Amino acid sequence: MEKTYNGTAVHVNDQGYLTDFNEWNREVGMEIAAEEEIEMTDEHWEVIDYIQDQFQKDVALSIRGIKNSGVINIKDFYRLFPGGPLKKASKIAGIPKPVSCI
Amino acid sequence: MKTTPEVLDIKKETPKKVKKMLMILSKATLDNVYACFILANGARMEGIEAEIFFTFFGLEAIQKEKVEKLHVATVGNPAMHMPTMLGGLPGMEAFATKMMKKEMEKLDIPPVGEFLEILSDSGVKLWACKLAMDMFHLEKEALVDEVDEVITVGDFYARAQGDGTHLLFI
Repeated sequence: MEKTYNGTAVHVNDQGYLTDFNEWNREVGMEIAAEEEIEMTDEHWEVIDYIQDQFQKDVALSIRGIKNSGVINIKDFYRLFPGGPLKKASKIAGIPKPVSCI
Repeated sequence: MKTTPEVLDIKKETPKKVKKMLMILSKATLDNVYACFILANGARMEGIEAEIFFTFFGLEAIQKEKVEKLHVATVGNPAMHMPTMLGGLPGMEAFATKMMKKEMEKLDIPPVGEFLEILSDSGVKLWACKLAMDMFHLEKEALVDEVDEVITVGDFYARAQGDGTHLLFI
């Protein structure tokens, strides 16, 4: 499936997650965030940078990982990305939906 | 001619979303505690509200002194695939518990105490059952700080009001 963000066509799966991380840029992330009704701030981007970094290092994301990230605590994570934070943050970051159950 | 009874007339409705999961944890064997915690955390991760009511032996999972000393049951648990008599041998429970904790750690599943912190920070409400507290002669001070309050069954049911709420007994 293709979707156009900020004038660029990107490939997404049926749930809206980017299938090719290389197609991601900040503007794309910003527009996905807008769809999720999230207004991006520096605080948000810090988290996005962190999870993209983890993704590139091949580390599976989990809520415990967020807790020990040193970047954000769990309470703030839920405050920044309300209603399913790990899923929403992954979507905005242009990485696949997290598969871990915890 | 037969007419279709009204009850069989299936109406097409839009599927209703799960909005809140209320869990009752009545046991404190590690397998039950983890099942409950993982379901509660999973709910929050999907944007669903979650609350846990700890009652009877489930209270052990939130007692400061017991929280890191929970065990797997090796007796009366057919899924252990060992004869009941063997499961009762000294050291068997400790061994099975150690094995399970090791596997959990590999999957990045936190120990019970840390898991309670995560749940609380994620917005999961943690309630202790008043009757069970009285029965075991426990004071709120004996419970971990993450516990929100000691409440009655009635209080708990009052929290079940509203569309899309589900109750789960573990």
